[in-house]
Amino acid sequence: MNGLTFDIAHLLAGGLVLVSFMMLYQDRLFALINVFALHAIVLALSVAWQAYVQEAHHLYVTAAIALIFKAIVIPVGLHRIIQRLGIHRDIETAVGIGSTMLAGIGLVALSMVLMLRVTPEADPLAREDLAFALSIILLGLLVMVTRRNAVSQVVGFMSLENGLVLAATGAKGMPLVVEISVAFSILIAFIVIGVFLFRIRERFDSVDVGALDDYRGERR
Amino acid sequence: MALILELAVQGAQMMLVLLLAPLLTGFVRKVKARLQRRRGPSLIQPYRDLLRLMRKEVVLADTASWLFRVIPYLIFAATWVAAALIPTFATGLTFSWTADLIAIVALLGSARFFLALAGMDVGTSFGGIGASREVMIASLAEPAMLLIVFSLALVAGATQLSTVAAVMGSPELGLRVSLGMSLIALVMVALAENARIPVDNPSTHLELTMVHEAMVLEYSGRHLAMIEFAAFLKLLLYVSLISCVFIPWGLVTARSGPGAYALGVAVYIGKLAVAGILLAVFETAIAKMRVFRVPDFLGAALMLALLGTLLLFVSRSL
Repeated sequence: MNGLTFDIAHLLAGGLVLVSFMMLYQDRLFALINVFALHAIVLALSVAWQAYVQEAHHLYVTAAIALIFKAIVIPVGLHRIIQRLGIHRDIETAVGIGSTMLAGIGLVALSMVLMLRVTPEADPLAREDLAFALSIILLGLLVMVTRRNAVSQVVGFMSLENGLVLAATGAKGMPLVVEISVAFSILIAFIVIGVFLFRIRERFDSVDVGALDDYRGERR
Repeated sequence: MALILELAVQGAQMMLVLLLAPLLTGFVRKVKARLQRRRGPSLIQPYRDLLRLMRKEVVLADTASWLFRVIPYLIFAATWVAAALIPTFATGLTFSWTADLIAIVALLGSARFFLALAGMDVGTSFGGIGASREVMIASLAEPAMLLIVFSLALVAGATQLSTVAAVMGSPELGLRVSLGMSLIALVMVALAENARIPVDNPSTHLELTMVHEAMVLEYSGRHLAMIEFAAFLKLLLYVSLISCVFIPWGLVTARSGPGAYALGVAVYIGKLAVAGILLAVFETAIAKMRVFRVPDFLGAALMLALLGTLLLFVSRSL
């Protein structure tokens, strides 16, 4: 493999980690969703590049799925949900941005240390892809943990899944059926969560998941 | 004879920095004014301001100590030395072995330390506010700057600027995502350090949010001229640093003759002009942020620099 191929793959995967950090930094819902759309676009580019490098043509389908569903359908759907719930002015993070960023850096360092230890003799491209994918998954989890709004938690969940797709394309020989089924299960999860959002809203007049704790009697 | 020539070229570089610094500031002001559909002051207005200030009488507060009178010269000297160390049009000049990134950061840090001391020296509350805010900004900007230095040193294998520029210009480097992050972080640090718009507004006095102007409020006459000159030099320093490290094309090597030197100077002035236009457009397009948002802005720079350093460990070379 020549150097430039690796460099472009590295650039795109590193860009994906960077966009995950931008997601941590945003505190407004619309901005968060726009960054999520950007995340999906970078993912589609990265997957398409892997398809070109590995000459695995079915990966182009994965890239197209990422582009159409995650960069267009889901963000537009989330925009609609926010409009209908009337929460587009809400700003809230459970933890401050500074400490969230520090935690994110710690998670990235952790995943790199882990992956570099575990995969010393693997192909370098797969190796860096796995390290980046693990950090994107952990950052998605961090987004879910630090937000109290159910919509932003959905966005965190979706970005976590982007990390899974990146890991799957980095490993050679992942069958297309698996990827399509993952993509569709994500879409179904999105629909189910969307329905749930409206149910939570009807019940508690808010999509703040803190209200659920009160309801269960776990008052903090 | 050769030694004398080399010294002359080195001296020319030091004078070039000194002469161009006010021009760059004047140029940025002019472009900003034109973007706001004003005519704006002429390009050489900063030189006139400096000359006028040099001739004016110095008014000292009763409570001012000797430190207050010495500090402007210290700041000017430290900033000038730092600015003159950076390769502007040629690499590998006589003193280039001293052009170390960490030394430059240290020189700027000591200049900032003295400026904060001067702000507190007279004992007015305005100076105190300015000094405390400056130190708050510095406490985030300096670690970010050092992390940028680390990732450059990891890529280039040296902190000496001529070597870094040579490595950055070589085609074997390839495409590095870490360097892109370092560039963005360096631009953010440069904006904060030069008191440019999202962090501080360079064109106002007497505003409650100001940082840099609050510290120098008690200065007048030639002392103020020194401090203003140091501020011009600092802007030029950061622009030269960014262009030397990230766009090293057009830098000539030492001992390549007067024609090559002239070409190098022309390219350098072109880079300065492009940077000045970009800075003016950016400042016109963006609003100043609240002081309490500045840690978020600089925290993002710190995060980018740290991420760039981390990503280097999964890249090709290491």
